[in-house]
Amino acid sequence: MSDGPKTSRRAFLRGTAAAAAGAAAAGAAQGAEPDPLITEVQDWATGLGDGVDAVPYGLPIEYEADVIRRNVEWLTADTISSINFTPIHALDGTITPQGCAFERHHSGAIELRKEDYRLMINGLVETPLIFTYDDLLRFPRENHVYFCECAANSGMEWAGAQLNGAQFTHGMIHNMEYTGVPLRTLLAEAGASPDAGWIYVEGADASSNGRSIPMDKALDDVFVAFKANGEALRKEHGYPVRLVVPGWEGNLWVKWLRRVEVMDRPVESREETSKYTDTLADGTSRKWTWAMDAKSVVTSPSPQAPITHGPGPLVITGLAWSGRGAITRVDVSLDGGANWIQARLAQPGQKMALSRFYLEIDWDGSEMLLQARAMDDTGYVQPTKDQLREVRGLNSIYHNNGIQTWWVRETGEAENVEVS
Amino acid sequence: MSKFPKLFAAAAIPAGVVLLAAYNFADRMVTPLPPLPDRSEAIARYTAPPPTQMMAAVAAGGAMGRYGLGRPALPEEIAAWDVDVAPDGTGLPPGQGNALTGEPLFEDNCAVCHGSFAEGVDNWPKLAGGGGTLADDDPLKTVGSYWPYLSTVWDYVHRSMPFGAAQSLSDDEVYAIVAYILYSNDLIEDDFILSQETFLEVDMPNAGGFIVDDRAETEYAAWSAEPCMENCKDSVEITMRARVLDVTPEDDGAPAPIGEDHAAMTSATDPGPADEPAADAAAGGPDPELVADGEKVFRKCKACHQVGDGAQNRSGPHLNGVIGRAVAAVEGFRYSGALTALAEAGAVWDDETLAAFLTDPKGYAKGTRMSFKGLDKADDRDAVAAYLATFAE
Repeated sequence: MSDGPKTSRRAFLRGTAAAAAGAAAAGAAQGAEPDPLITEVQDWATGLGDGVDAVPYGLPIEYEADVIRRNVEWLTADTISSINFTPIHALDGTITPQGCAFERHHSGAIELRKEDYRLMINGLVETPLIFTYDDLLRFPRENHVYFCECAANSGMEWAGAQLNGAQFTHGMIHNMEYTGVPLRTLLAEAGASPDAGWIYVEGADASSNGRSIPMDKALDDVFVAFKANGEALRKEHGYPVRLVVPGWEGNLWVKWLRRVEVMDRPVESREETSKYTDTLADGTSRKWTWAMDAKSVVTSPSPQAPITHGPGPLVITGLAWSGRGAITRVDVSLDGGANWIQARLAQPGQKMALSRFYLEIDWDGSEMLLQARAMDDTGYVQPTKDQLREVRGLNSIYHNNGIQTWWVRETGEAENVEVS
Repeated sequence: MSKFPKLFAAAAIPAGVVLLAAYNFADRMVTPLPPLPDRSEAIARYTAPPPTQMMAAVAAGGAMGRYGLGRPALPEEIAAWDVDVAPDGTGLPPGQGNALTGEPLFEDNCAVCHGSFAEGVDNWPKLAGGGGTLADDDPLKTVGSYWPYLSTVWDYVHRSMPFGAAQSLSDDEVYAIVAYILYSNDLIEDDFILSQETFLEVDMPNAGGFIVDDRAETEYAAWSAEPCMENCKDSVEITMRARVLDVTPEDDGAPAPIGEDHAAMTSATDPGPADEPAADAAAGGPDPELVADGEKVFRKCKACHQVGDGAQNRSGPHLNGVIGRAVAAVEGFRYSGALTALAEAGAVWDDETLAAFLTDPKGYAKGTRMSFKGLDKADDRDAVAAYLATFAE
């Protein structure tokens, strides 16, 4: 067929078949060839490894060199105002290491020293204030785990299956444990007017990426973070200080946060009018679609994480999340949505944080159309892509939380498909 | 709905008790010392729940319960950063411009990405056209067809453009460029003077094209029923496949073929040639520190120029081998008349000409499309030249 797999994939197919045959043979003929990895003394078992301090701050071992962020070159004009994707197909658990957590910049990742950092609170306040980085460290701190999902995650899939890999279809997401100060503490410090309905937040980079946020949200759980997963924020995630807006689209999570203005109305900035608005079939567009609805995806098996072991015990796993609460249940279908099985949540769902699910099956080696369907504690059930399209049409870019299908073949290979 | 959720009222007291208990316990473990100053008030204050007290303080309009951190912002500081413009024009500074004055400014500062007629170059945003396409299959969203507020255009050009030289335009220049964008969308005549006073006279065609998020009404109720678990579909057919499109990046990290040796696996997952310059540390080679400095300076150029393996022409030509090369000599790049004229005069990029150009691009080559204000510091110019010299053709 003309759309067949690439050369390496064909080799992969042959390899899998051979491996399966080999496994069967090994199972049949017990005690065939002893494994030299066991019977022979290996280099690592006789020589010495690295001493301490060989790497003062470590990167993953070279064998994991393919677990990296990737971008899709044709999506954007250049890599400065662009996006890349978290390798979710190769991760497990829920916390995303900062080094491979997706990046989205509007004018590049800037370098801003803590010493040069200033945060201004102004507008409808009693006293406009300037905080240094050290000032922020003197307010009572909190820790929270939250996911950050770009509103455009899965945005390339609106018109149909396009990108072949969970990293590319669902990788504009990360989940970190943040340390910082609630924004309401800082607003109170400046004496924010109780009548102000909005705040406007902006960054120190050239794009400034300003966004308006309703005061209710600002006082509820918006958070000024300076640490992620225990360490300083990475440059690409807004070092030294970023805004955390739990459950709401990533564009609001302003990096290099430099100013919070208390206002009586929204600014209607570029990022909340010309972008991050959702055009419906009739040409009108929704604005202020901040919350990220419940969503899930099977991360393995998936196109970049095929089944390599043949029939038998198989761990199906994936991620689920909701910007409106906690995940309560994830169902998995092996047959394209005809029948569903409740998966096991690794931990009880936490509000606005990733949940990891597992479904262990005895795979018979036959084809599967794998899907996951998330439910959150509002009772919301993740819709199919067709349900979304019925309401919104085909021209949306953002907020695609439709159910994803992976077509897993007898060979273990998987492909992004859509089903009836 | 209250803006001040009383979320943590209950949590505070136990926290304070625990801290005081720990304090007492610690006290019993040490040799008796002179009485410590009574810190209970300070501890209580510091362990008090910020949310409740803070918000009560905000609600009461008082200063109670604050930490006294930070310092007052000065008026000059607020003026420097608080530049947002509201839809009704609040925040606009004095100034004016029209499309006639805007056209050459647009050509110099914007056209390299957005095209001479705001029609967009490559994947860069199109700013004009698209009227009446929003309900089409592939709507063209531009300032004219989509943006609901003119304030947004002014604010964005003023705040974040040109790309790579944000906040380098004067207020009059911003008015003029915005007027040119409006003119390109047939929204004003070329002599219409855009100013604080005339700002609200411009009608934005899609001003009424937005509704506030209505998912709560249109989606949430419909998608909150107990889902079907068995025999939910009569049949399942594959209707579309990603491989048919074949637009996924080649290096997707999928496992290498099974059965190949480890060396092959390593090469298959090799991230590819690095962009790092092949700095020659041998005698006579470039000063590594200067090259490293130059790499940092080059960040200002990266929006438009590529270097290293696989470098291609973008908004600007690739710069591999630029030092020692004739001006305007990269094949396939559409140079401005200014640079072509220099080339015809036999100009070559050497340390001297490059320094002159980088000091004042538009002064050295009047009419260049490079919308970069230049490098003031000789150190920066030397460093970037040293960095560029590490990239051969």
